[in-house]
Amino acid sequence: MNFRLSEEQEAFRELARDFARREIAPVAAAYDEREEFPWEVVQKAHRAGLMNLEVPEEYGGPGLGPLEVALIAEELAVGCAGIATTLLGNGLALLPILLFGTAEQKERFLPEFCAEPRLAAFCLTEPSAGSDIAAVSTTARREGSEYVLEGVKTFITNGGVASLYTVVAATDRKRGARGLSLFVVPAGTPGLSTGKKERKLGQRASDTREVIFEGVRVPEENRLGREGHGFQMALATLERARVGVAAIAVGVARAALDAARAYARQRVQFGQPIIGHQAVQLMLADMAMGVETARLLTWRAAWAFAQSEPGAEMLSAMAKCYASDVAMRVATDAVQVFGGYGYMRDYPVEKYLRDAKLLQIYEGTNQIQRLMIARRL
Amino acid sequence: MIAFELTPEQKDLQARARRFAQEEIAPIAAEYDRRGEHPAFLVDRVYEAGLINLAVPAEYGGGGRGVLDNCIVTEELGAACAGITTTIMVNSLATTPLVLFGTEEQKQAFLRPLCERRELAAFCLTEREAGSDASNVRTTAAPEGNGYRINGRKCFISNGAIAALYTVFALTDPDRGPRGMSALLVPADTPGISVAKIEDKMGQRASNTAEIVFEDVWVPKTNLLGREGHGFGIALRTLDHARAGVAALATGVARRALELATEYAQQRVQFGKPIAELQGIQFMLADMAMLVEASRLLTWHAAWLADRGLPNSKESAIAKCFASDAAMRCTTDAVQIFGGYGYMRDYPVEKLMRDAKLLQIYEGTNQIQRLVIARSLLKGR
Repeated sequence: MNFRLSEEQEAFRELARDFARREIAPVAAAYDEREEFPWEVVQKAHRAGLMNLEVPEEYGGPGLGPLEVALIAEELAVGCAGIATTLLGNGLALLPILLFGTAEQKERFLPEFCAEPRLAAFCLTEPSAGSDIAAVSTTARREGSEYVLEGVKTFITNGGVASLYTVVAATDRKRGARGLSLFVVPAGTPGLSTGKKERKLGQRASDTREVIFEGVRVPEENRLGREGHGFQMALATLERARVGVAAIAVGVARAALDAARAYARQRVQFGQPIIGHQAVQLMLADMAMGVETARLLTWRAAWAFAQSEPGAEMLSAMAKCYASDVAMRVATDAVQVFGGYGYMRDYPVEKYLRDAKLLQIYEGTNQIQRLMIARRL
Repeated sequence: MIAFELTPEQKDLQARARRFAQEEIAPIAAEYDRRGEHPAFLVDRVYEAGLINLAVPAEYGGGGRGVLDNCIVTEELGAACAGITTTIMVNSLATTPLVLFGTEEQKQAFLRPLCERRELAAFCLTEREAGSDASNVRTTAAPEGNGYRINGRKCFISNGAIAALYTVFALTDPDRGPRGMSALLVPADTPGISVAKIEDKMGQRASNTAEIVFEDVWVPKTNLLGREGHGFGIALRTLDHARAGVAALATGVARRALELATEYAQQRVQFGKPIAELQGIQFMLADMAMLVEASRLLTWHAAWLADRGLPNSKESAIAKCFASDAAMRCTTDAVQIFGGYGYMRDYPVEKLMRDAKLLQIYEGTNQIQRLVIARSLLKGR
């Protein structure tokens, strides 16, 4: 048992914390307000080495593990959950290549991401395939040594800014989940287009949109793993990436707690700072318990993946579900501690609340996480 | 470097504790709960199995292990019976002041014989007017000759009527309030000690809880722990140190509730299928599983800090508060999943729920834990 971070881990955490403080937090409100994609931040994050975290050194990445990813994600999210989602969404999209790609595929796709700031997008969700992944109806028809993709993907993070898409499509629709396969599709391939940017409640710096495939041809060398294995590969990708969502949730919750604590110390009512009132103290204590617990669950799940521990997927489901519920609660309570001011967009907490809601929904709703946990019991 | 695995020795200890819990405690738990009686015969067996006094150094007859190991054992025993486990756990609470603040002579004179004679100890802090406000202790220990004369009443004392040794918090200088409080070792056979009442409790009924009266009880100066006036600090440090144990016990209770509910949900058929297949039930089980997992991690974190001598009052407060709230929720939901049967004393889950309630109250109510947590936030931790 050991709860201490290594010096290297501390260093990454410090790097990310510093980056979030200097480069993300000051611009978070503006990007949120304008619903604009934060290209400048992406470029800086790339330069700072805070992208493509799990890409091995041989392909130009830092080759970090799930725990380091979690540490970095928490810090980035303290700055802005939308920007953290952008950066982590890139990691999610590259993950199937890392986990299931051949050496040739890794060599072909990964180095350019490390060489210059680019983004990737993971295309799974469709209008009729949300929680029910097996209902994917985008097809990939084989024609000679190529596949032809037809279909519409929705709510795709980085959809309009990606230079590479990892796409789940049915190579055999009759076989349902067992007929799904996974493809890598470069942006600019004829027939690939993107829809309008979604207007979201929160995480508005993150680019979310439809990705449309109309007769998109990719060579069979762009298929990841075997035909029919797409469902398991997508699940394995999500199970692992979920730790990152949990970490983002911890970051949002921590930011909300810190803001509420600072405000409660300075806001005077009834002749004393409101932190002197037990009612406020008890709220802050519950928030702190939530943050501490969510972080431990996140680290526990990350460590399980780092060790390839059996049951890691149950721990990441727990971490994702628990931490995002905590983020929602803590952000809501932070607005409450701020009172009327908290409801105003001049203060940062209403954004935390809006941003947090998405964490309970994306990368598997918390309802789906609970079903997965129960099934494993 | 972060790591969550137990050492082979810890896994072995966990397995031994689990076996003991299943073979020795679980079969008698319902019966002693019904009778509201302390299973005296079990104390010897717990000693024999080496599952008590784990954090007492081996040179004084203890297990020579740490708080974390103690927590591993406590979770296992707690899954079988919270009341019986409280009896065992309180021994750690009562001996911790001796371990942390006792002199070599005191450890030889009190700790070693206690372990060798396989006896129990009790921690005497709470009084009728000093519950959450522990600084309001009224019991006095007036300096007299080469010792102290103790007068007062202590209430809700776990192991009160069955302990051989009391760690008593009393005012050696009543004018100074909590700063006049001192910690004294008082053997139970000292003249002037009597048991005024054995409490009849809602749950944890196998645990002995008593009101103890000290009437002109004289102990020599050599029984003073630490310095005069340091008693309140000793009490708080002890509670910080021991609190992870309550969290571990709560984790055990919550885990048992989850195990029983999962098992029952798989057998119980309604609407033509086991209720475990209904999403409503699945969600309840999933929430319980998250709470159990989180409780354990918080407990281990607080214990790990304690073993390293690092400050853990915030973390142990979080663990105690969270885990006992989790135990209450998991046991309540387990009764719910069992439905009408769960409410019947023929089934084990109503006992779990009764037992869990105390975890939110003793060794610092959860309201006090939240204030401790908030205070540490104020200090910027």
